[in-house]
Amino acid sequence: MKEKKRNYDQDVVGDGINTIQKVLEPVNGTSNNIVKYMLIGVCMLFLFLMLVLPLIVVIVNALKDGWTVYRKAVQNEYTIKALQLTLLATVSAVGINTIFGLFASFLLSKFYFKGRQLLATLIDIPFSISPVVAGLAFILTFGNIGWMGDFLKNHSIKIVFAVPGIILATIFVTFPFVFRELFPVMNAQGKDEEEAAALMGANGFTIFRRITFPHIKWALLYGIILCAARAMGEFGAVSVISGHLRGKTNTLPLHVEILYNEFNTTEAFAVSSVLVILAVLILIAKNFVEWKKR
Amino acid sequence: MKQRKMCVHLYVSLIVLLSVIVSGCGKASDTASDKNENIELLNVSYDPTREFYAAYNELFCKYWKEKSGKDVTITQSHGGSGSQARSVIEGNEADVVTLALAHDITAIEESGMIDRGWLSEFDGNSSPYTSTIVFLVRKGNEKNIHDWNDLVKDGVEVITPNPKTSGGACWNFLAAWAYQQAQDGADEELTKAFMKNLYQNVLVLDTGARGATNTFVENGQGDVLIAWENEAYLSIKEYPDDYEIITPSISILAQPSVAIVDSNVEEHGTRETAEAYLEYLYSDEAQRLAGNHYYRPSKENILKEFSEQFDLNMNLVTIEDFGGWDEAYRIYFDDGAIFDQIYED
Amino acid sequence: MEQQIIKVKNKKGVKVIPGFGLSLGITFFMLSALILIPLVSIFISASQLSFQEFVNVITSRQIVSGYVVSLSCAFFAALINAVFGLMLAWVLVRYNFPGKRLADGLIELPFALPTAVAGISLTYLYSDKGWIGSLFGKAGIKIAYTRIGITLAMIFVGIPFVVRAVQPVLEKLDRQYEEAAMMLGASRTYTFFRVVLPELFPALLAGFGLAFARGIGEYGSVVFIAGNLPYKTQIAPLLIISKLEQYKYADATAIALVLLLISFLLMLFINSLQIYMQKFIGT
Repeated sequence: MKEKKRNYDQDVVGDGINTIQKVLEPVNGTSNNIVKYMLIGVCMLFLFLMLVLPLIVVIVNALKDGWTVYRKAVQNEYTIKALQLTLLATVSAVGINTIFGLFASFLLSKFYFKGRQLLATLIDIPFSISPVVAGLAFILTFGNIGWMGDFLKNHSIKIVFAVPGIILATIFVTFPFVFRELFPVMNAQGKDEEEAAALMGANGFTIFRRITFPHIKWALLYGIILCAARAMGEFGAVSVISGHLRGKTNTLPLHVEILYNEFNTTEAFAVSSVLVILAVLILIAKNFVEWKKR
Repeated sequence: MKQRKMCVHLYVSLIVLLSVIVSGCGKASDTASDKNENIELLNVSYDPTREFYAAYNELFCKYWKEKSGKDVTITQSHGGSGSQARSVIEGNEADVVTLALAHDITAIEESGMIDRGWLSEFDGNSSPYTSTIVFLVRKGNEKNIHDWNDLVKDGVEVITPNPKTSGGACWNFLAAWAYQQAQDGADEELTKAFMKNLYQNVLVLDTGARGATNTFVENGQGDVLIAWENEAYLSIKEYPDDYEIITPSISILAQPSVAIVDSNVEEHGTRETAEAYLEYLYSDEAQRLAGNHYYRPSKENILKEFSEQFDLNMNLVTIEDFGGWDEAYRIYFDDGAIFDQIYED
Repeated sequence: MEQQIIKVKNKKGVKVIPGFGLSLGITFFMLSALILIPLVSIFISASQLSFQEFVNVITSRQIVSGYVVSLSCAFFAALINAVFGLMLAWVLVRYNFPGKRLADGLIELPFALPTAVAGISLTYLYSDKGWIGSLFGKAGIKIAYTRIGITLAMIFVGIPFVVRAVQPVLEKLDRQYEEAAMMLGASRTYTFFRVVLPELFPALLAGFGLAFARGIGEYGSVVFIAGNLPYKTQIAPLLIISKLEQYKYADATAIALVLLLISFLLMLFINSLQIYMQKFIGT
């Protein structure tokens, strides 16, 4: 009886040591490794099928007719103009949405008040709206048939089918991105540190800068990257509101569609690859910042 | 600590910079439209006319410079015919519209932006060029497709756009309808059954004519594409060894229409130029240009010059045989009308 | 230790941290100006219909089938995204392997690539003439121009949501809990499902909700791969476009409103759950 119990105790201790070893040196556990490589394998396969292959399609088709055709497509006057407009819209959207995201997530995670859930959900609305409907919403507001249409026309302000409309639509579809990234992190952090600082007499900006911000800077970066990427690629909403004026209100994605519809498949993919390159640039910038941190 | 501070400063300055850029650009775009020496025209058109108008605009600019001494810049806008018409109603300030079917221009007329009677403002129902509906098949025509009744055979896969989202597809539908009416002695139920069979063979119902062409050509779907004649020729030109055109025994005279958007030209003070722009489409040079871009010139003498290119012996019905666009749209394409019925159950 | 185990609850209404008024003001102003005003226009437009007309529009057979296609495909896409997104976030946070940085950067790609390009590329790949589609074609499975194709496009556009929602939380998650659980003899699976997953669940749910909502509204990429046959592969946003092409703004906004309502309720539910769970974990 006693013998048995001792063995049992030893087993537990042995198991414990085993586990500690596993935790401390996860690389040594073979079964752990199998799980690890399986997970990595499955994920990479998924990424390959869903993301890398479409990318390869873009690149292969962009270079199908050789380097000269590619360069011609990319240096085309309309491509450059579309690129400028896309960058303008992206920068505006990132700027506005960052400001909004910081304030809104601070508000919702540090203060308890009635209707928080509702507010958080309202902010998410642009996610739930089909981009096409988002574009339509602006038309129904600022367009000729919209309820502000007459007012705008009398003051000769152009919003839809002009650059401001494109910027507005881009801001709309990317509105919650920064907030969405910041909110969970701020929420998980809780508000005790801020409360302590406030009780010690720090002012709002100092609290934010010294306590909140260090916790969220990576989430903020993710948010900005997501927002920028989404803003660059936005198609549906902008397509409704742009009027497709060549060289004036065409963003890069719209220019891609036009080229594709002109049967210039190669050029269309070449211009798409510009967007891919932009995305890669953002990625490099992000990696650079991460590397600086270490 | 220092690093953290730097990080904050970085973000703050970034945000300030962004807002400066935004406000700066906002101002820049406001002042751009005030110059008046150079006349600007906006031509809102539909998808397949890009190549034609790119060439025509050059021709017109030269002509107008010679005639009036003024420079004119023409901005093009292309898209699905219906959504282009909608954008004009919603505030896209087109001076002229050149769309796929009169129905879309009528919609602009109903919003009060185009004066009544635009259809007779220019020759040939304001259609400077016409086209028709043909079949594009893969080289060799393995499925042996020669006429509309071959499209309903088992195993034939058809690509055509959706008439509800594409003006061009309305012409396709009506052409098939006209063919079967001629076979059945105008029995509506029989024709409906035929159309049902036809659309059961449709593999992909794209939203626009260009989308359908891309599905057929780029993605290799289907055995036959019901297409505009000019689109079909364009595909042949791009891939001469891969496709051939089949002309059915009966088809429809597709009349893309042009009109001046009266309320916009008044506002912009561009009426004279806009009128000249559309008028000049009927000149011999422009008509030949249309022919070179595979549109049928509406002037008989120029059309004859292209008799080798086009099958001029086709039996073509017109939209008038269907009672005009308003009537046709109500009977065939409105919600719950014949097109919806053939897809039910 | 970010997660406070003991929380001193201050009295309701007493706000210790300054900046409430400013944050509230700015949040409300921007939200109203940029989101709510355009949104009101949708309601105004839809209110041109009488209630009976509204009901007739949204319950017509074709529209209902559009909802069914959009919702079911978006649901499966979001589910698949939740599973793979969780795995991806885990792999990217916890493991080191060659090409990790690259994989991490790829996640945003579906946002940067215009939806139309995504649709064109996916159709190119997965149609029965495409590189991958032809493999499946031999097995008799059609991907492009079926609901599978629609789901595929929705998966593509939704990938970043789950990964990027879970990733920051996982990075902040203290490993001590896991280590403690494992030292107490819990298996890895048990540890994951009972210790890690509950911590990640709110973020996972949020990611799922976002991917789902995005899928419901997705138009640009889906139209290329869908086939768009009525009652079979016609998605709800396409029906909105089709109503617009007939200049029926009120009908179009009515359909849009229903989609909006579904997504809104879903998000409200998820947000409430998220905040509720936060409280629950906190106290």
